[in-house]
Amino acid sequence: MTVTITVNGADHALDIDPATPLLYVLRDDLELNGAKYGCGLGQCGACTVHIDGKPAFSCLTPVGAVAGRRIRTVEGLGSADAPGLLQQAFEKEQAAQCGYCIAGMLMRAQALLDRNPDPDEAQIRAHMQTNLCRCGTHMRILRAIRRAVAMRKGVQSAQDVRP
Amino acid sequence: MKPTRWAGRAAGRRAVVGWAAGGALACLAGVGAFLGIAYRSGLPTVPTPKASDFPVELVSRGAALATIGDCIVCHTADGGAAYAGGRALATPFGTLYSTNITPDRETGIGGWSKEAFKRAMRDGVSRDGRHLYPALPYDHYRRVHDGDLDAIYAFLMTRPATSAPAKANELIFPLGFRPLLAGWKLLFLHQEEFTPRPDHDAVWNRGAYLAEGLGHCSGCHSPRNLAGAEETGGSAYSGGMAEGWVAPALNGAGPAAIPWTADSLFTYLRTGVEGRHGAAAGPMGPVVHGLSRAPESDVRAIATYIASLSADRTAPETPAPPDRTAEAAKANPAAAALFAGACAGCHEGGAPMMTQGRPGLSTVTALQLDRPDNAIRAILQGIHPPTGPAGPTMPPFAASLTDAQVADLAAYLRTRFSDRPAWTSLEAASATVRKEESQP
Repeated sequence: MTVTITVNGADHALDIDPATPLLYVLRDDLELNGAKYGCGLGQCGACTVHIDGKPAFSCLTPVGAVAGRRIRTVEGLGSADAPGLLQQAFEKEQAAQCGYCIAGMLMRAQALLDRNPDPDEAQIRAHMQTNLCRCGTHMRILRAIRRAVAMRKGVQSAQDVRP
Repeated sequence: MKPTRWAGRAAGRRAVVGWAAGGALACLAGVGAFLGIAYRSGLPTVPTPKASDFPVELVSRGAALATIGDCIVCHTADGGAAYAGGRALATPFGTLYSTNITPDRETGIGGWSKEAFKRAMRDGVSRDGRHLYPALPYDHYRRVHDGDLDAIYAFLMTRPATSAPAKANELIFPLGFRPLLAGWKLLFLHQEEFTPRPDHDAVWNRGAYLAEGLGHCSGCHSPRNLAGAEETGGSAYSGGMAEGWVAPALNGAGPAAIPWTADSLFTYLRTGVEGRHGAAAGPMGPVVHGLSRAPESDVRAIATYIASLSADRTAPETPAPPDRTAEAAKANPAAAALFAGACAGCHEGGAPMMTQGRPGLSTVTALQLDRPDNAIRAILQGIHPPTGPAGPTMPPFAASLTDAQVADLAAYLRTRFSDRPAWTSLEAASATVRKEESQP
């Protein structure tokens, strides 16, 4: 069956079983390898992408469910040459250790910043609660999100970023 | 015009004036009498007792009782200090905000005497004489023994004092006028202190005392009348609604695929999940969180009592729980694909979760209920263990599934896992829950 999905602004018509997880389609068919397979059960957040602007677990999203809806992946935030603001903040804070969770963390955080450009600490923590990092870099990840908020406001000094 | 007619009119007018005056007097007398009934005097403040004023055993007994009463659930805002109030309680009559029951003198109950506390618990009257809304289930707390109220008072007065002023309630007119509550109480507040039933053993009686009193189980599991009071008699425990979730019947009229027993109820109440009925979700989540830490013997007693409510109903002979994969796929082919991609990883036979003793969907009560609310809420919002402890978790699907897809999936689940009639208006039900979720 043909399913047409829109990823980072581009349409893709795929001949595919509609029950296939969106994550597999992104990685295997579209070669967008940012989103990762973590638990496959919607418990870790490594596979997080945006569907119509909201963060969702792509491992538990059948591709047939998102036909015609806007999907955004970490590749849609920027590239290695031209990283987006949030990606720059993660890099500055060296928020990744092994990096496996980071694409999901970025997409989860971006959804918050899109909705609320100036979240407070409690809002950031509550929002990021669903995403896990096995290396334990949560503190750096939180700092990177605060840095992104400050960067958007034009504050560059890392001192100003800390809560 | 004839004078007689004028005279007649004048007489008529006098009669009208007379009636009006009489009516006004009667009204005034009525209002006076009502205000007389409604008036409750304030009680004087007392110096805040010190922690050392209470024996440790009394405080710890109060802690166990307060856990069973679930005081902390309503009296704590999300992310707020324990017992400092501020949690919004949506009711059919508007939104109420719970109040601060820490021993803060200005904003809590620091100046309340034991007598003032007991009056609030039994009569629903604040220390200053204002009537309290029956969202505080004083209709249940009237049943609690005096000594147990002493223990809860000791427990609350030894919590850390937190300054947190009460938020203004948002109620529909004219319910903000508290003296009206006196009328509600005249009609509905007649409960008496619990007396044990000699035809039952001590465990049952302990369970009945806790469930009917502090536990206030029927507060959600019984229907409520138009005035918001619990229906009693034959309707007691025949099921109700709580915060948009169905609270299933506990009197045996519930649709559980496999009848509950005292043992299965104990497992459910203690752990939040039971292998043949489902996981606690919605407002039941905090209840089992509390009971997971309550004295084990008390939880067993409550399970014994609740199980007895349905004991006299002969449980229908349950055939093997249904699982009609082909029939459901034929009726809702798109939903079969949704199920395979979104649900099967946990819920299909042989999935890792299913090998850990979690309930199969054909035994989950949410799929057997007359209303689809619980199933739809679980799909959209997921199931989250209360903050802190481990517990059953289900991710939310609100972002990935549209209302039409949720409706299709719910219809598929109903056909596949239940023998009961199809649900209707599923898409609208999903839209309603989603709208409520998007409120700030």
